[in-house]
Amino acid sequence: MSVIVPASLNDALQALARSPHATLLAGGTDLMVELNGGHRQVSEVVALARVAELRTWHHDPVAGVLHIGAGVTYAEIADEPIASWVPALAQAARTVGSPQIRHAATIGGNLGTCSPAGDGLPVLAALDATVHLASAAGARDLPLAEFMVAPKRTARLPGELITGVTVPVLGGWQGYSKVGVRNAMVIAVASVALVTDTVTESVRLALGSVGPTVLRCPDAERFAREHVDFEHRRVAAEALQRFVELARDEARPIDDHRSTAAYRRHAVGVLAGRLLRRAFPNE
Amino acid sequence: MSDPAGTDLGSNQAYVLHVNGQGRDVRDAWLGESLLFVLRERLGLMGSKGACEQGECGSCSVLVDGALVCSCLVLAAAAQGQQIVTIEGVAPVGSPSDVQQAFVDAGAVQCGFCTPGLIMATHSLLERSPEPTEMEIREELSGNICRCTGYGRIIDAVQRVAVARRSQVAP
Repeated sequence: MSVIVPASLNDALQALARSPHATLLAGGTDLMVELNGGHRQVSEVVALARVAELRTWHHDPVAGVLHIGAGVTYAEIADEPIASWVPALAQAARTVGSPQIRHAATIGGNLGTCSPAGDGLPVLAALDATVHLASAAGARDLPLAEFMVAPKRTARLPGELITGVTVPVLGGWQGYSKVGVRNAMVIAVASVALVTDTVTESVRLALGSVGPTVLRCPDAERFAREHVDFEHRRVAAEALQRFVELARDEARPIDDHRSTAAYRRHAVGVLAGRLLRRAFPNE
Repeated sequence: MSDPAGTDLGSNQAYVLHVNGQGRDVRDAWLGESLLFVLRERLGLMGSKGACEQGECGSCSVLVDGALVCSCLVLAAAAQGQQIVTIEGVAPVGSPSDVQQAFVDAGAVQCGFCTPGLIMATHSLLERSPEPTEMEIREELSGNICRCTGYGRIIDAVQRVAVARRSQVAP
């Protein structure tokens, strides 16, 4: 086994060019669990925690976007200033594990693992995030929906690493909600992110833990757009109920050791309705 | 590697960890070992406890470059060059830190297994938030599981330290 700890992005990319199938180690909160349990064999590890270029973020107020480096931790995302730019992502970050986990776990790691239960992913999906990838040969961008392929499978190619993600900084209300077995330290049984955009008067909804990857809800989004009143932050009770049904219909949950498909479908409906009501508090 | 700050380790190569202010050689170790395993089994620092080995229980909490993390989730070989502080580095034996003393005074120690992790988490919490509310304490210590106390006395201990530190600062 070998461990490479590059101190710059260029060194990391060169190391990956030499060992394209090396295992990438970010915060370790997924990989180390598998290593400790003997569930995974690794021969070459490239550890990314020391790559300074990945640990920064950049807010561009003119373009209205926030670039978050892959090595930015969930503790940093839960905190200011990122929390003000993407409040739903900060809310999701606050539900990730414990302080110990949030100090280590990174948004790039969350993307790379691509668990359907990854807490950051529904928010990134609702924000139509762009994922940035790089290799020694060059860089490319992918919409998140194309980056996520299947449970724990992404479009990242051998030799590539995730350098970051870009999201829009929007004016409207946004939030994240999840259901688990306790208030802290839980993996989501069902999770929902809802993002509103006051400029385009659109509502975007993404569901976690109820499908092979995070799911967007085009029917529910279209319906919401036609039935909410942005000016008075109003949605009628009947419209809210229909929105809940459309969100439930979009879910493709399974029964597993954490919950049942039926409960997950019910739960995403409850969470979606709750978030829409928070975004539009008036009836 | 061209960059002197980076490192490139082959199989069974020795490496150095900076633990409690000292450089410590780690020899003949498998490079896939967690920091927790290396601290206990290679360096003889038995204060950090191993239980879940998956970041759920917090018993192995240490500081790495000032950040509270679970040492079971840190790849030891990748932690070269970082400053690691374990429970052994918090205070010398026989003269406990204010947090350690408060845990004793408040009856927050029963079997003692979770205590080192909770002491590390409490030092970290009070560093970031000197006067935490009870909710904040509960949230900040949510990654440290204690099966004995029911947490009431632990929260009491944290509050005692906050009050004592405030009265030291105040004129």
